[in-house]
Amino acid sequence: MLKYIINRLLLLIPTLIGVVTLVFFMIALAPGDPARVMLGERASKEKIERLREDLGLDKPLIQQYGLYMQRVAHLDFGKSIKSGQKVMNEIKERFPATIELAICAMIFATILGILIGVISATKKNTWVDFSAMVGALFGVSMPVFWLALVMIMVFSVGLNLFPTGGRINIRYYFSPETNFYLLDTFKYIFTGHPEYFTSALHHLILPSIALGTIPLAIIARTTRSSMLEVLKQDYIKTVRSAGIKESRVIYRYALRNALLPVITVIGLQFGLLLSGAILTETIFAWPGIGKWLYQAIEARDYPAVQGGIIIISTCFVLINLVVDILYSIVNPKIRLQ
Amino acid sequence: MKKIEKLVALLVVAILSVLSFSCQKESETVVNKDSDSKFGGVLVFARSGDSVGLDPGRETDGESFYGSTPVYDTLVEFVPGETSIQPALAKSWEFASDGLSVKFFLREGVKFHDGTPLNADAVVYSFERQFVKDHPAYSFGPWKYWGYMDMDNIVESVTAIDDLTVEFKLKKKEAPFIANLAMDFAAIISPTAAEKYGADLATNPVGTGPFKFVSWIKDDSIVYERNPDFWGGDVYLDRLIIKVIPDATSRWLALQKGEVDVIDFPSPEDLADMKSTDGIKVIQQEGLNVGYLALNNEKAPYDNKLVRQAMNYAIDRNEIVAGVYGEAGKPAKNPLPPTMWSYNDDIVAYEYNPEKAKELLAEAGYADGFKTEIWAMPVARPYNPNGKKVAEIMQAQLAKVGIEVEIISYEWGTYLDKTDQGEHQAAMLGWTGDNGDPDNFLWVLLSEMAAEKPAGNIAFWKNSEFTELCAKAKEEMDPAKRTQLYREAQVIFHEEAPWVPIAHSIVSEPMKESVQDFVLYPTGRRVFTKVWLKK
Repeated sequence: MLKYIINRLLLLIPTLIGVVTLVFFMIALAPGDPARVMLGERASKEKIERLREDLGLDKPLIQQYGLYMQRVAHLDFGKSIKSGQKVMNEIKERFPATIELAICAMIFATILGILIGVISATKKNTWVDFSAMVGALFGVSMPVFWLALVMIMVFSVGLNLFPTGGRINIRYYFSPETNFYLLDTFKYIFTGHPEYFTSALHHLILPSIALGTIPLAIIARTTRSSMLEVLKQDYIKTVRSAGIKESRVIYRYALRNALLPVITVIGLQFGLLLSGAILTETIFAWPGIGKWLYQAIEARDYPAVQGGIIIISTCFVLINLVVDILYSIVNPKIRLQ
Repeated sequence: MKKIEKLVALLVVAILSVLSFSCQKESETVVNKDSDSKFGGVLVFARSGDSVGLDPGRETDGESFYGSTPVYDTLVEFVPGETSIQPALAKSWEFASDGLSVKFFLREGVKFHDGTPLNADAVVYSFERQFVKDHPAYSFGPWKYWGYMDMDNIVESVTAIDDLTVEFKLKKKEAPFIANLAMDFAAIISPTAAEKYGADLATNPVGTGPFKFVSWIKDDSIVYERNPDFWGGDVYLDRLIIKVIPDATSRWLALQKGEVDVIDFPSPEDLADMKSTDGIKVIQQEGLNVGYLALNNEKAPYDNKLVRQAMNYAIDRNEIVAGVYGEAGKPAKNPLPPTMWSYNDDIVAYEYNPEKAKELLAEAGYADGFKTEIWAMPVARPYNPNGKKVAEIMQAQLAKVGIEVEIISYEWGTYLDKTDQGEHQAAMLGWTGDNGDPDNFLWVLLSEMAAEKPAGNIAFWKNSEFTELCAKAKEEMDPAKRTQLYREAQVIFHEEAPWVPIAHSIVSEPMKESVQDFVLYPTGRRVFTKVWLKK
C-alpha cells in the first residue's frame, strides 16, 4: 500500500512540471502585447516601453521561462501586475471562500445525488425513475448563470427567503480570521452573536445549490447505473433468498459495492467545481478564486493567471490522488494492476 | 433506509432553522433616532469590481479610485458635478508673473486621520515620492499616473516655503496643470502613515478625507466610518460600505431587495425597468468621453474636406445611438463632451442629409461614390459599446450615397498599434478624459504634435490654426480667456470635419429614493461626502 502511494506521489512531479510549462507558454504565446492591452487607448510609445520593462517582457522568452521555473520551485509566483501584491498572498486571501463553497456544494450534491440514484434504480422504469432522470438531464444541461439568476429572482427577491449574494450580512462588520466563514463565525455562537453563524450559513445555501446542480445530476446518474449493475449480481440474489429485508439488501449489501465508481466521479467533480466556480461566484458576488482568476485573465495579469491555474491544477491532481488512494483501500484489486 | 430518512429530515430541519434564525432583514439600518436629522445611517454602494489598491498615486483604474476617494483629498478639487476647479486643501493659489511657478496656500488646522497635522512637508512628501528617484518612498511605485499626465515634463520641483505654503516650480507654462492636481494621483497622504506602512499604504490608506478607512475584505467590501474632524463641514453617513457585486443583474436584484443603496454600471436594458420601480430613482449625466470615426487626412479621399463633410452628412448619429447605445448614449457634435467647460453649444451639428452628402461628393469629384475601409473596435468601451454594430449601421447608411464600406477589425492591442501608425483609412476610436480640462481632449487628439506617429491624433489632421489656439490656451492662466480660445478651436474642427463624432456615453446611477444629494461627477468619481439618507 505504502509503495503504491509513494509511486503515485513521485508521478506528481512530472505532471506538475508539465502543467507549469504548459501554462507558461500558453499565456506567453497568446496574441497581443499585454502592455499595449493594459494601457489601452491612452498609451504613448514611452509608456508602453516602460511597462514592458517593468513586466520583464523585454527579455527573451526562454530566459523568462527559466526564471519562472526557478521561482515556482520555491512556490513564488511573483507579483501580480495589477496589484503589485504577491500572487501567493492574493490566492491565500481568496481560496478559502472557494473551498468553503465547493465543499458545501459537494455535500449537497453527494447526499442528494446518491439518494436519488438509489431510489431511481430500485424503482426502475417507473414514473419516479423517469422523472428523476429527466430532472438529472435538466440539471446537467442548465447554464449555471441562468439557474443562479432565476434562483435569486424567485427565492431572494420574490419570496424573500435568501440574500441575493455575498458571504454574510454586509452590515455586521464582521472581520474574518481564517476566511472560512463557517469556522470564523462559529465561536460567536457562544458570545451572544449566533446570527453571525446563521447568516454565513444562510448566504451559503443558494450558491451551493447552484454550483452543486451539475455534480448532483452526474452523481445521481452514475449511482443509478452502478446500482442497477450490482442488483443483477448473484450475491444479491443469494442475500434476498435468505429473506433479508429489501431496504437492508439495498443499503447494506448493494450500495457499498455500487459506490465504488461513484467515489471516482465525486473526486473528479470536486476538482471541476474549483474551476467551474467562476460563474457562480460572479452571480452571487462570492469573493473566491474563480472570479479573481477570470479578472486576471481579462487584465492579462500574467503572473496571477499562471499562479492561479497552477494552484487549481495542483488541487485537481491532489484530489485525484486522494480518490485513487481511497479507491485502492476499498478495492485492493486496483493496486495489483 | 431509516438512517437516510433521518439524515434528510435533519438536513431539512437545519435549513429551516437557518431560515427562521436569519429572518432578520438584511436591509435594516440602524439610524439616528432623530428622524429630522440628516445624520446617521449606513450606505452600501455596490460596484462591479474590487479596488486593486488604495494608494491613488500607484493605481490607474477607476475601481481603485472609488476606494481611495473617500479617504483622501487633493489641493484643488472638481466642483461637484462639473469639470471646473475649486479650492480644497489649498485655500488659494497664485502663479508667478512668468507662469513658471505656482504657490499653494494651505488651510490651517487640517489633520490626517492618524492625527498628523497637514502642512507643506506632507504635500511635498506626497508629490516627491512620485518623481524624486532617491526619495525613500519612490521604490513603492510605479507612479503610473504621474507619467501618464506627463508630470515629469511639467514639474521641476516641489518645495515647502513655510509651514503652510508650497511652491511648484514648472518646466513650462502649462495651465491644465492645475486640473491635474484635482486628480486622484495628486492625493495628499499622511507622511507618518507612509513611513509606518511603506508599500502597505495601499491597504492602509490615511488621508484627510471625509471618511476614515476601517477594513477591506478583498473582492468583497471596503468599510469606512465618518471623519468627525473633516475640514469640509458635516459628513452625514455613519458608515460607508463599498461592496463588490460583479454581475450587473445581481446588482440590480440586490438594490430591489434593499440590500444595497446605490449601484454602479447598470445594464442599459434594465434602465427603463429601474426608472419605473417604486422607491428607485436613476441619476444620469453625460460621461467625460467621446466616441468618433477618425478620417485619415493622409489618405485619399479623406484628404478632401468636402468628402469629410459629406461623411458627416451621410451618417445618421441618431440611428446609431438608438440602435447601439440605447439609454447609454447621446449623439455627439463636438470633440469635447457636453459636461466639459468651454463646450461650444452654439455649433450646429451636421444634420442627416444624404442629398447634401451626394452634392458634396459630386463637387469633390466622387459623383459615383467610392470604396472605403472602416475599422471597427473589437472591444466594448463606455464611448462605444459595440464597434462592429456601429460599423454595420454606417455601412448601410453610406451605401445610400454610393460609398461602399468594407468593415475591418483586429485584436485590440494590434488595432491600437495599427491606428497609431495610420494604417487605416477610417477608424473608430474614442477617449475618456482624465482631468476635466479641454486640453486633455483637443491637444491629445487633434493637435499637429499629436499627429506624429505613434499618434494620438489618428485623423492625422494637421491644422496650424487649430493647434495654435490650443497652444495659446495651454499658456493662458485666465479660465475665461481659455474658454474663448477653445470655443474658437471647436468651430475650426467643425468646419474641417477631421472626424465624424459619434456619441458620448450617458452614465446612469440607480439608487434608493432615500439617498439624498448624490451628485455624479463627469470625471467618473463617486463621492459620498455630502450624501445623506432620508429616514
